[in-house]
Amino acid sequence: MDNMGLGIIFEGNNLLRLLGGLWITIKISFISVFVSIFLGIILGMIMTVNSRIIRVITKIYLEFMRITPQLVLLFVIYFGATKVFGIDIDGQTSAFIVFILWGTAEMGDLVRGAILSIPKHQFESGTALALKKHQVYLYIIIPQTIRRLIPQAINLTTRMIKTTSLIVMIGVVEVLKVGQQIIEANRYTAPDAALWIYGVIFFLYFIVCYPISKAATILEKKWASN
Amino acid sequence: MDNNILLKIDEITKFFGEHKVLNKASLTVEKGEIVVVLGPSGCGKSTLLRCINGLEDIQGGSISLDGNVITQKDTRWTEIRQKIGMVFQSYDLFPHMTVLQNILLAPLRVQHRKKQDIKEDALKLLERVGLLDKKASYPSELSGGQRQRVAIVRALIMNPEIMLFDEVTAALDPEMVHEVLDVMLDLAKAGMTMVIVTHEMQFAKAIADKIVFMDNGEIVEISKPDIFFNNPQTERSQRFLNKFNYTEKR
Repeated sequence: MDNMGLGIIFEGNNLLRLLGGLWITIKISFISVFVSIFLGIILGMIMTVNSRIIRVITKIYLEFMRITPQLVLLFVIYFGATKVFGIDIDGQTSAFIVFILWGTAEMGDLVRGAILSIPKHQFESGTALALKKHQVYLYIIIPQTIRRLIPQAINLTTRMIKTTSLIVMIGVVEVLKVGQQIIEANRYTAPDAALWIYGVIFFLYFIVCYPISKAATILEKKWASN
Repeated sequence: MDNNILLKIDEITKFFGEHKVLNKASLTVEKGEIVVVLGPSGCGKSTLLRCINGLEDIQGGSISLDGNVITQKDTRWTEIRQKIGMVFQSYDLFPHMTVLQNILLAPLRVQHRKKQDIKEDALKLLERVGLLDKKASYPSELSGGQRQRVAIVRALIMNPEIMLFDEVTAALDPEMVHEVLDVMLDLAKAGMTMVIVTHEMQFAKAIADKIVFMDNGEIVEISKPDIFFNNPQTERSQRFLNKFNYTEKR
C-alpha cells in the first residue's frame, strides 16, 4: 500500500487549508465561549435571586437549551429564522447565535450551582467578623465561587469546541469541512486519504482541547486540597 | 445603673415566620462574667446568641452593649460586631486562605490596623492555643479541634469585649473536644466575658458563673451552677437534667 493519503496532507497548501479551517473552528468556539462566560455569570447570579418568576423563566430557558440537540438549534436558526423573519444570516452568525445561547444557559447553571454551593456559614462568619457585605463577597464568596467554577467552565469550553464540528451541516467551512473537501478532491488518486486527513483533524482537535482540559485537571487538583 | 453590666438583653422576641422562637427573653451579662446557656435542641439558645450580633433581627425588646441600644434601625453593625467575637459550631474557617490569612482578614480590612502589628498579635495568639506551627496551613490540613482553635483566635484578634460560643464542640470528635474547651477555660481565667451555648454539662459546671436554662424560646431559669445542677429551681430544668443523668447523686 502506498502512502498517498499521508502525502496528500503535505501536497499543495492542504495543510495550510486545514489550519485555516481550524482557525474558523477556534474563532467560533472561543468567541462563543468568551461571550457565554460573561453572559453566563450574569445569568447565574440572576438565577440565585429569590423570585419564583425568574426561577421559572430561567429554568425553562436552560432546559430548552439542554434538551434540544445543538444541530436542531443550528437548523432552526440557519434555515428557519431566515425564512420566517426574512433576515439573512450566514452560517457563521447562526453558529455564534446558537453556541452563545447554549453556552450561556450551561454556564449560567454552573455559576448558579457554584454560588449556592458556598455554605451559608461562610457568609455568616464573614459577617460576624464585622466585614461589610461587599467585603464578604469580595474576599470570601467570589474567590471560592471561581475556584469551584473554573474546572467546570473549562470542561464546558472543550465541549463547545468539539460541538462546533456540527456547523459543517449549515455550510460553514471549518476544519472538518476543509478535510472533506481535500478528501473529495483526491478521491481517485488517494482513496485512503480519509484515514489520514481525519487522523490529522483528530490530532488538531486534540492539540486544541488537551491543554485546556489538562489545565482544568491541574487547577482541580491544586484547589481540591484547600 | 450598674456600671459592670456589659450586655443587657431586654425581653427580646423573635419569630421565624409564624413560629415564635424567642419569647420575651431577658438576660444581663456583667464584665468578665461567664454565662452558659443550656437547653434542649431547638429551644432558641443559638438564636439568642445570633441576635446579639445582629445575624438575626428581633421583633420585640432590645439589646444593649455598654449601655447603648444596638437593636435599632440605624445600628452600625460593623462597629458593634468588632466588639463581639463569635465562634460557630460548623468549622467556618475560610477554606481558600491559610490560617494566618484567616486571622488577619478582619483586622486588616475592617479595623485597618498595620499588618506588622497584627501579625505579631496573631502569632502570639496562635502560640497561646498551641498552633504556631500551623500558621501557613490551609484549613483542610487541620483537624476539627485545630480549626475551632483558629476560629477562636480569629475572633480574639479583633480585641472583642465579649465572646459568643455557639456549640463550638458539638461537631467535634470526642478526643478533640478537650483541646477546644481548654482554650475557653484559659480565656475565662484571663477575664474574658463569654456567653457559651453548649451541651457539655461537665464543662458548663466547671466554667460558668451563671447558668441560663432555656426551653421553648423562653428563659426558664437563671442560677449559679451549683444550684442549677444540684437543686434546679424549676420542674422543666429538673426534667432536662434527668435526661442527661445529671441530677444530684450525693
